[in-house]
Formats: sequence, structure tokens, C-alpha cells
Amino acid sequence: MKDFEFHRPSSVAEAVALLKDKPDAKLLSGGQSLLPVLKLDLAEPSDLISLAGIKELTDIRVDGDKLAIGALVTHAQVHESAAVQKLVPALATLAGWIGDAQVRNRGTIGGSIAHADPAADYPAALVALGATIATDRRKIPAEEFFKGLFETALERDEIVTAVHVPAAKRAAYEKFAHRASKFAVVGVMVAETAQGVRVAVTGAGPSVFRVLAMETALAKSFEPDALAGITVPAEDLMSDTEASAAYRAHLVGVMAKRAVQSALR
Amino acid sequence: MATVTLRVNRKTHTIDVPTTTLLVEALRDTLRLTGTHVGCDTSQCGACTVHVDGRSVKSCTMLAVEAAGAEITTIEGMANGDQLHPMQAAFQEHHGLQCGFCTPGMVMSATDLCTRKPNPSEAEVRHWLEGNLCRCTGYHNIVKAVRAGGEAMKGAKR
Amino acid sequence: MSGPQGIGAPVKRKEDRRFLLGKGQYTDDIILPDQSYATFVRSQHAHAKIKNIDSAAAKAAPGVLAVLTGEDVAASQLGGIPCGWLVKSKDGSNMVEPPHPALVQGTARHVGDPIVMIVAESKAAAKAAAALVDIDYDVLPAAGRLADAIKPGAPVVWPDAKTNVCFDWHIGDPAKTDAAFEKAAHVVELELTNNRVAPNAMEPRAANGNYDSANDHFTLYTTSQNPHLTRLLLAAFTLHVPEHKLRIIAPDVGGGFGSKIFHYAEELLVLWASKRVGRPVKWTSDRSEAFISDAHGRDHISKAQLALDANHKFLGLRVHTYANMGAYLSTFAPAVPTYLYATLLSGPYDFPAIYAEVKAVFTNTVAVDAYRGAGRPEASYLLERLVGHAARQLKVDPIELRRKNLIQPNQFPYQTQVALQYDIGDYQATLDMALEAIDYKGFPARRKASEAKGKLRGIGISTYIEACGIAPSALVGALGARAGLYEAATVRVHPTGSVTVMTGTHSHGQGHETAFAQLINERLGVAIENVEIVHGDTDRIPFGMGTYGSRSLSVGGSAIYKAVDKIVDKGKKIAAHLLEANVADIEFKDGNYRVVGTDRVKAFGEVAFAAYVPHNYPIDSVEPGLEENAFYDPKNFTFPGGTHLVEVEIDPETGVVEVVDVAIADDVGVIVNPMIVDGQAHGGLAQGIGQALFEEAIYDEAGQLVNGSFLNYVMPRAADLPSFKVGNHATACTHNPIGVKGVGEVGAIGVPPAVINAVLDALAPLGVTDISMPATPEKVWRAIQQAKGA
Repeated sequence: MKDFEFHRPSSVAEAVALLKDKPDAKLLSGGQSLLPVLKLDLAEPSDLISLAGIKELTDIRVDGDKLAIGALVTHAQVHESAAVQKLVPALATLAGWIGDAQVRNRGTIGGSIAHADPAADYPAALVALGATIATDRRKIPAEEFFKGLFETALERDEIVTAVHVPAAKRAAYEKFAHRASKFAVVGVMVAETAQGVRVAVTGAGPSVFRVLAMETALAKSFEPDALAGITVPAEDLMSDTEASAAYRAHLVGVMAKRAVQSALR
Repeated sequence: MATVTLRVNRKTHTIDVPTTTLLVEALRDTLRLTGTHVGCDTSQCGACTVHVDGRSVKSCTMLAVEAAGAEITTIEGMANGDQLHPMQAAFQEHHGLQCGFCTPGMVMSATDLCTRKPNPSEAEVRHWLEGNLCRCTGYHNIVKAVRAGGEAMKGAKR
Repeated sequence: MSGPQGIGAPVKRKEDRRFLLGKGQYTDDIILPDQSYATFVRSQHAHAKIKNIDSAAAKAAPGVLAVLTGEDVAASQLGGIPCGWLVKSKDGSNMVEPPHPALVQGTARHVGDPIVMIVAESKAAAKAAAALVDIDYDVLPAAGRLADAIKPGAPVVWPDAKTNVCFDWHIGDPAKTDAAFEKAAHVVELELTNNRVAPNAMEPRAANGNYDSANDHFTLYTTSQNPHLTRLLLAAFTLHVPEHKLRIIAPDVGGGFGSKIFHYAEELLVLWASKRVGRPVKWTSDRSEAFISDAHGRDHISKAQLALDANHKFLGLRVHTYANMGAYLSTFAPAVPTYLYATLLSGPYDFPAIYAEVKAVFTNTVAVDAYRGAGRPEASYLLERLVGHAARQLKVDPIELRRKNLIQPNQFPYQTQVALQYDIGDYQATLDMALEAIDYKGFPARRKASEAKGKLRGIGISTYIEACGIAPSALVGALGARAGLYEAATVRVHPTGSVTVMTGTHSHGQGHETAFAQLINERLGVAIENVEIVHGDTDRIPFGMGTYGSRSLSVGGSAIYKAVDKIVDKGKKIAAHLLEANVADIEFKDGNYRVVGTDRVKAFGEVAFAAYVPHNYPIDSVEPGLEENAFYDPKNFTFPGGTHLVEVEIDPETGVVEVVDVAIADDVGVIVNPMIVDGQAHGGLAQGIGQALFEEAIYDEAGQLVNGSFLNYVMPRAADLPSFKVGNHATACTHNPIGVKGVGEVGAIGVPPAVINAVLDALAPLGVTDISMPATPEKVWRAIQQAKGA
């Protein structure tokens, strides 16, 4: 690991100021994505700005039928939260499948989405549920937030402060986990919200994507059989020792069907 | 370099370490608490699991500077004097360890589970332990030990 | 003492307390005064000429103490890493035995081949300096995979040899086997691979070398299963420092599974570097480094043919195998696919004729050597897949086909066609036990229930045998072993009657500190709390060959028994004197010396005390003291065996195979501690299921290991496995004094074919007839798709 300077600001404004001041700085939240990267020398930031001291980012609040999940809320907290379990149970379930217990105890929702790992679980949920990502300066719809492989709409000096998730009429997440890394090989969130039905896929491609043909079919009939015959092309999908692109494409269909089944339960 | 004050096993230590020092390195190399082990370099194996503010975390995936101010417990801090923690005792009783290398991480992970969920089912134990690799036991006796240890923890007041 | 502690008692392990308290001491836990740290720059290419090494920047980097290369190794005249076994080809010629310098000299031959050693004040400084070394490579074509290396025109790993074949060996009677096939009513054939796996003991390898210039003495702390063997090889072959100037300590070792048997270059290099820099030098492997520097296991490609008569009795077996050696010959490598593999091809079956040919092949990969089971899993996989295939082809019940061909209890001792003589066994008994344990009769109903859930259910069987308790020295010497394979023990009875046992075996999870203490309790009546087992230190233990091949109890335990015999006999002389009786009239039982038929008794402790305070003592004929050494050389291998049954449920939509039930019945001989024996079986099963469903070290054609980390090398986790049903049916080994056979490897040997046979049973209704290990979800899904398309 290359040497860096460590900062622990106590407010978002202070953190933003540090980011503006240090062009090669990186934000550190739970560190479950960043530290493995640093250990392999895949990134060499000049400064690490820990958000851990910013108390305003640590709450889950309920605002009518919307959740406001602070950026520093851990996966374990999302999983265990009574509010999340009540309003968006599928999100609580998903959080309980991220990584492993120790990762869930440290990793945060803000850190995870800002890292934008293509195999992370949250992107599928946030896109399907029509969540909004709040930053120090604006609100970004989830679908516009995830731009590509490890790429988001965030500006270099912008900080995620919270994730706003509307309650869903029904929703479910199904995951085919990588048997070693526990990342999603394919994760599909199916959600019916006020905005309609959405099907969002993580793990399969370089970034989360929606399957519009499935959404249209499910809007007509929210039944597993409605998805019969709908496939996603393998060309754009990822391939590794655990799963080829063709197998991932197949799994998208299977996981989507199962998510619909779960959502109906 | 950074000066870090760490609270480990109910004792306070102030150490000077490079800022890049991982919590596990501070524990093992500086404080010489070598019961916490390192079995991989990709945050998978869980041999380095310790408690930070009561929750199990991988000390290889946390900087020492991040742990400043937190209450850290390692395997060395689990027993009460000569008396094994109920989870440690259950691992011995049920032969939940062989080479002993993954064991500290297993015990720390298992106590976190059973603190929060006093009667985990076999499936819940197995799911919870996904962050801890063992190459010796086939997990069979670890799962037995964790369930028995959880049961014993309910009865024990520490 | 609470309750019985002798043979058969499931006493809790003595060693657990220190591990549970976090007080175990593993090699990396040791920091010596003035410690320095080493790291290695390893080849990124599978095959490359080193044109230039620019290490100027590394040498100038802060905290760097030394930057060493193959030239320095050559200048110091360090010996190459030796191979411990010479196998000869069919034509009588010796195997190709290439040089193996500790640091690359000229050409790197696999990814991970160490080229530069950096010694620095800290690990971080060493790694930072390593990043500054600039190596100019001339990349050469590589033989990255076994299947490619055997093709005509493949890149050659060792150009002087002109071929990648290390040896072309055979066993059995070809003419007799041909004759058997000629008269066969049925011949069944199968081609199969045995997947390459990485052992991945949870503790990465480490070595800490310390040269004491005042005494001209070297000490090495190392993650070894056999410190004396390491000392022998360092003394005789690599460091050229005699044994009395070398102390090897293998403290607590976090699992081995074979991978810590071998003498590795790093052990030599830290000692050598310590003398150069005048400070202790420690190296600890990273996990990703372990993947490309620890020896791997398995990696065979085979063709097998089974000849049966009209009644389905086996007539003959013909096997042809290619076995990957990697780029260099590791310590035991040539023995694994020959004497530990082909000699087991008769399995538990009565075969009138067998012929097997094995070609060992070099590739541009890290070495392949013994991994839990070592050769025997490859044999049982081949044979049990072949028998399962025959049952399906001939449409006969796989259980009945096995029953018909198993060696019968009255056929022992049984001489196989491939050199071994099995002393004893009862294969029908373990088969019946396992069938009962898994409720074989209830399987059709369970299959129906799975079908109702949309799942495919299958049951698979493996009736296996293994040879362990390695090994009779004269026999293995005749077969090319360059060492004896006896074991040594010292039993030291202290004046107050407590006991210290020094054993040449090494415990790295097997529980010797408990099981060996139980042997002492059984024989001398001393409570296990009063017995200390010492292992892993060449200065404290007279000698030893270490722990592998399930040998510790059968060979090491027998050495302890022999030493105890001497103690008991000496004690009789002392007791006879104290009791004023004839030695011939003294019996030793339950910890007491007694004049036969009387109540005149001396407790063992009293005799021990007399031996050290010889006031009233037969001093003219008996020396004071009570300590004995023994070396035990086994008369034969031991032959554990049994039946493993596995039930799987397959999700046909995803191809995911769930292991829903495992029931095994093993005959491991007399059981000293049933708790430990079951634990050994569990661990072997997990690694066997790992090989069958999860694990594969995947090299691409350029020789890059593409899944060399825990992020992508898949090993079973808790949620991937069920609880196991483990049963035992013991027939006592006939030729060692305890009657034990060995249990460390049974799971890894017996279960892989049972898993694959279960997968094939589940998929059979779809028309799938073959699948290779590991049966990953995608592979199973593809097999289903292909069958549907056909």
C-alpha cells in the first residue's frame, strides 16, 4: 500500500472542502471495497478522507412511505432495520446477502454505490425501486447514477449523503452468487412501484441494466410465466471462470422468473 | 506515520505506525496479539476476524487509524481469566477445530452471531459463516459447536 | 483423570486450549530479535529467458539489506532443490530430472518461479523495493496445460530432454491383460480428467531463518509437515551444512494436506540470506503468492477400459494416464502417479489382470505433488467412475455390480495384480453399513419428492480402498525412494511417573498431542494430563520422517509402542528387584507391576521413581533412568477402505448441485479417538466434495493461473455442505501393534467419484452420461442443454 494522509472530517462540508483541496484523494466509508483495492496497489490515493466521523450520515429515517438511508448505514443495519423490513422487505433481504457477515458489518450503502462494482447487489435494487441518490449538492435518480464499470454520475468532489427509497407494492431480489467471492454473478430485482414495473440486473453486465421487454410483459401480467421466451443477449455480458456470458444471459431469465415468484409470495 | 490510540481487550495502547497499517498488522506486529491470523490477501478467509464495537469485522480490511476510539476485542480477550468463553469451550467440546488457524476468526464470528441471534438454526449458522473459511473440519463440528456455544452463552453472564 | 482415556475414548483435545485462547504459535507469529523480512520477485511469465535484471533502484531503496539473484545462488554453490524419488521408464532409463535452482538461473519456467529475493527492514520496505526491480524478459512459448503439453510440436519445458515426457512407466502384466480383454463379453471404456487443485491450507507457508555466527549454527522456523526431512535435504543437498549445525523447528502449523511436506526454495534462501545479512530473515507467503508457489495436486488425463465376463465379473483393467509434474520435480512428485496411484488400481475388487501405463509430463506450471490422498484419489476416481459407467452401460445395479466383484473376507491376504498385498478388510460390511445409513431403500421416494419440487435427485456410490501407513523402507527403496520411511520415537518417563514423548511425526491439525497421549495411557496407565507430546523440533526429537500418507498413528504410533515395550520390559526388571521376584513372574497391567497370581504390586510410578533414585536397585544389570528410543519400520502398507454414498439434488434451471446427504462407512482399523477420527473424515470429505464440485486451478494455454486467489478459486464454505453421517467398521490391521490403518485421507479419496456418480445418476434420465470434475453449475447446465439438444 502506498502511503497516504488520513483525514477524518466531522461534517459533509468539511469533507467536500478536503476533496476539493486534494485532487488525488479518495473517500473512505466502510472500506470493504476500497481497502482490498489499496492492498493490491490498484489505486494509490494521496489522501484518504474517512467519512466515519460524520454523524449526520448514519441514520435510517422514514418519511411517509419513503426510506432515507444515510450513506454510512451498513449493510447489516439495512438488513436488520425494522423500517426497511416493513417498507421494502426485498431491500432488507438483499442486504443480508451482500458479501459475508463481516463485510455487512463494515460495508456501507453509500460506499458500495459510489464504488459501483458491476457485481454489487444494491444497484439492481435502487434502479428497480426507482430510488434517488442524494449528494451534498443534488439528487440523482438511481438509473442516471450508475454510468458504467466502476463509474457513476458523481463529480470528483461530490459526496453521497443518503439513498431515498420509495416503498414498493411488491418487489423481490434473486441472486446467483459467485461461489468464491459472494458477489452477484447475476442478481435480478423485480419491483412494482408507483412508477410501474421495473426489472434491473446486476452482476451480468459492466453495469446495472433494465430489461424493458420483461418490464412490459410483467406490466401486463405480473406472473412468472409472463417472462417465458424473453432473453437478454449474451454479447454485452461479462465472462469469467465462474460463468460465461451465455450462462449469465440464461441466469438473468431464471433469476427474473424466481424474483417474480418471490414477489408474489 | 500516525499515532493511534487503540482500545484492545479493555486496555488502551498508543502506538506509532505507518498510516497504511492495517488493523491486523497493528494487532499482530505491534501489539503482538498473534491470535488473530492472516490467511488471504483478498478479504475472503475471515481468519483475521475481530470485534469492533461488538461486531465481527475483518481486521485485514480496516486501517488501524479507522479503529481509533473503537472498542476492539480479539481472541485473546475472550476468556475470563482461566475460564474459556462459552463459545471457546463449545469449540473444544465439539471438536470444532483441528489445525487452529481459522479458529480465532470462527470463534469471533460465531459469538457475534449468537449475541444477536441466540438460537440460530443450522442453516443460519452455515450462512453466517460464509465469511470464514476452514480447510480442516468440513464445518460439520464447527456448526455443532456454534449452536452449542450460542446455547451456553444464553446461560452465561459475563 | 475423568473417565477412560485409553484406546477408543473420545477424549477432548489437549492442544485445543492454546488455539482457542489465541496462544498457538505459528511460524509467522515469531519475530526474532533484529528480524528482517524477505520478499520475492517472481516470474510473471510461464516461460521466459531472463535477459537482464536491473535491481539498482531496489538496492538503493530505503531499508533494503540485500537484493539477491540466481547468480548469487550459483556463486554460493547452493544445491538445487532435489527430488526424493527416482522413477525409471519402461526401458529401464532414469526419469528426466531437471535442475531446480533456488532462484531462476537464465530461464523462468512457470509463473511464480522466484527470480529475485529482497531482504529489508520491514515487509513493506521489501515489497516496495520489489516493485522497483526491472526484469527484461524474452518470452518463450509455453506448455501451459497438460492437454497441450502432450501434443506433438508442443513447446518443450526442458529443451535438453527434447520432449515433455519425464518418464514413461508401467505396471502389471500386459499380455495377461490383453488375454483377459480377448475373452471378455463386455468392454467398457472411459476417458477422464482428474482436475488440478490447489491445497490451500489456511496458514500460508512461511520460513524464518536465523544464522548464529558465534556458534556457526543455523535455525529455521518453517511451516513443515516433516522438519527432519527438511533438515536432511538442507544438509545433504541444498545448504550443505551438516545436521548438527542445523535446527529445524516446525511450530504450530495451520494445516498442510501435503503441501507442506516438500522442501521449498524459500526455506533454503532465508537461511542463506540470514548468513549474508547477519540478521534473521523471515518470509511469509501471501495467499496469491501461495497459489503460484505451493505445489498443486492431481492433474491427470486418463483412458480406462474394463473387461467383464457375461456374468459381469471383472476380467481385466487397462489404464493409460498422463500425469502433470509441473516445471520442476517436487520432493515426492514422481511417486504420486506411480507407486501411490497405479498400485491402487485394483481397488477393493478381485481383478485377475491389470495393466497400467503412466507418462509423467512437464508443463510450464508450478510443481504438482502430493495433496491429501496423493495418487489414491486419482485411482479411486478412475476406478469408481469406470465401474459406475459399466453399471449404466450394462444396465445393472451399481451396488450389485460392486458386490459381485468385491474381494471377499476369506480372500485375505489378497495379492493384487499391481504389487500390493492387502492384509485384511471387510468391504461388504462397510457397504451394508453405508447403505443403511443413507436409507438406500428409501431413495426412490426421495427422488419422487425432489421431482415434485422440480429438482433432479441422484445417488452415487464409491467403494474404495487406499494404501497408507507409508511405508516399508526396503520396499520403497527398491521402487526408487531416496529415503527410508520408518518413524522414530522417544518415550521419557520422568522420576515422578509423568511422561514426555518425542515423535518424529508432526501434528498440524490431526490431534497427535491427544491421540498419542492416549497410547501412553493405554499402555502405561498414565493420565493424559501427565503426558506431553513433543513434535516439530529437530533438536528435541531424535529423528523422524514426518506426517503424510496417513502414517502418523500407524507408523509413528507404532514407534511409540515399540519404545513403550522397552520401558515396560525395563520396568519389569526393576519391579522384580523391588518385589524380590523373578522377572519372568512379573506382569504389567493397568499401570501396575504385579507378581503373577499374588497381590504383590508396584505401581508404575514407583518403578519410575526407583529408576531415577536407584537406592534399592539392580544396578549391576540395569541402568538407572527410564527412557527409551525406538524406530519402527512398517512391514506393509495399511489398507483402509469403505463405502461412500452421496445424494445430490440438482436445480435443472441453474445447474446448481446441492449435496443433500453424505453417508460413509470406513474401515480405518482400530480407533484410538473416535472424535478425532470422525473429524478427520469430515475434513477429507469437504476437500473431496471440493474437488468434485468446486475446485480447479485453471491455467490458460499461456501458462497463466487465471483463478489464483480466494476471490475466484472456489472452495466449499459452511453453507455449501451438509452435516455428514460417518460410520466405522473396524478390522484390525494385522501387522502393526496397535491395529490402526489411518483416516486422514479417506474422505478425499473415497468421496469424489461418489459425488460425480450421484450427479450422473440425477442427470441420467436426461441422457447425460459424462461430466468432469468440478461439476460446476455452468458445466451441469451445459450438459443438460446438450442432452436436451441431442
